[in-house]
Amino acid sequence: MAMAAHEIEMLIRVAIPDAVVEITDLAGDGDHYAARVVSESFAGMPRIKQHQAVYAALGGRMGGALHALQLTTSASA
Amino acid sequence: MSNETMTRIAQIVSTNDVTLFMKGTALFPQCGFSSKAVAILDHLGVAYETVDVLQDPEVRQGIKAFSDWPTIPQLYVKGEFIGGSDIMMEMYEAGELAELMEEKDVARG
Repeated sequence: MAMAAHEIEMLIRVAIPDAVVEITDLAGDGDHYAARVVSESFAGMPRIKQHQAVYAALGGRMGGALHALQLTTSASA
Repeated sequence: MSNETMTRIAQIVSTNDVTLFMKGTALFPQCGFSSKAVAILDHLGVAYETVDVLQDPEVRQGIKAFSDWPTIPQLYVKGEFIGGSDIMMEMYEAGELAELMEEKDVARG
């Protein structure tokens, strides 16, 4: 049920086109990732909304196919 | 989610100043993210209640719909959803979580 890093990145970039996405495979097992997502569209959004936008991009896979994603979001690098 | 579960969750988060929905207990967290969340609350020195979702499948599913948030742990302060462990860590490091606890006049642990 694991997901590939490029798959995660693609889903995020489809939903948030200007996003700069950095994915790290934390455990090397294709199941525990860290993602850093930077997008100007996050400007002025509370953190919860920024994270929800990323979770929405992943379309329900979070907590399912994607077990663990440590997420950091920001409006500017 | 059943209305009953929704009502139960609403009651839990309004009864306690600080509630952490987590996997396992504060003494024996069953997941690294939950463990991190507990450590942050301990560092802040606030009083908090935990709900072990592994013991309660309805709450485990229900809480995700309640907050529109797909993962656990989840932190609530005075009934308001604050975020998961990543947001807790960001806010903690920025000093914002301590500020929030102060602003909301949360009891010390």
